[in-house]
Amino acid sequence: MHRTYVKVLEDVLDANSTIAAANRDDFERAGVTAVNLMSAPGAGKTTLLEGSLRNLDGIRVGVLEGDVASTLDGDRIAHLHVPVVQIETDPSFGGECHLDANMVRSALPSLPLDEIDLLVIENVGNLVCPAEFRVGEHHRVMVSSVAEGEDKPLKYPLMFRACELVIVNKIDLLPHLDFDLERYFYNLDAVHPGVDRLLVSAKTGEGVDAWREWLVLAATRETVPA
Amino acid sequence: MHELSLASAIIDTVERHADGLPVRVISIRVGALRQVVPDSLDLYVDIVGRGTVCEGARLEFEVVPARLACCGSEWEPPSFRCPECGGGGTVVSGDEFMVESIQVDAGSTESNTQEAEACIART
Repeated sequence: MHRTYVKVLEDVLDANSTIAAANRDDFERAGVTAVNLMSAPGAGKTTLLEGSLRNLDGIRVGVLEGDVASTLDGDRIAHLHVPVVQIETDPSFGGECHLDANMVRSALPSLPLDEIDLLVIENVGNLVCPAEFRVGEHHRVMVSSVAEGEDKPLKYPLMFRACELVIVNKIDLLPHLDFDLERYFYNLDAVHPGVDRLLVSAKTGEGVDAWREWLVLAATRETVPA
Repeated sequence: MHELSLASAIIDTVERHADGLPVRVISIRVGALRQVVPDSLDLYVDIVGRGTVCEGARLEFEVVPARLACCGSEWEPPSFRCPECGGGGTVVSGDEFMVESIQVDAGSTESNTQEAEACIART
């Protein structure tokens, strides 16, 4: 018996990247723009989608919902009468705290890709893991609510650096919070200088039009691809 | 939880390269920007590796410091902002996450030795 050294030099997430590329190919073939929407739990992703997916200038939208357990979010989106598939990571994938490329791949046969232009993938609420796993998306967007505090970009730089657009939600709460928006943007620019940002309130609808316009532009491929 | 997912990915990668031989050491190169906690990853690799060729393997880390570059100079986070122009700069190092090498027990059987040699020849 002797010990042998074996050079590997392989990216740990190679397998995920390969499946993500296959997903991306499927999206391209069907002419679908995929947006991976990430945030901490309770930042308001689903409420934002409820308020923004109805009138998208004729863009046909589908939603893939990721949660550890329950179909609550999928049920909420189903009220919009758009195709929606719910992935529960608990029973099928060992309770993973994020969506990975393989989970998304497993859901694609249930989505009518040829009948939609835009697929919004609502990731599991988590500020760390979803940033590590690409799923074949064209764009990565995060929702960051003012209720979470202005220090979050500094605490979770991986997530804030992974996305190309930061949606700052729950601005209707600003008068009631000790949240310093200027300090938040300073922190955001410290980890991701100049990243695009939108101020919205999914509850009151303030700023949601700008997000809707962003989605329409993304779906019609008029923004710079990620 | 982050490290649990990554531990599974490490075990999968190692299994593809171990050719069924017992793995004793797994050497990982991880960049500081990946927010990986080595102790936590060590624990999860131990758990996920049970019942695989990685059972009992020791994890070795090389942590690569983060370096950013812009306007002809380099700097280290926490700030990702270029001190000259305020732009984001480019990552020079710190986002790596690789299985660099493994050490396997070879020669337990003749066929295993041949497999190990074939494996080394491929790399």
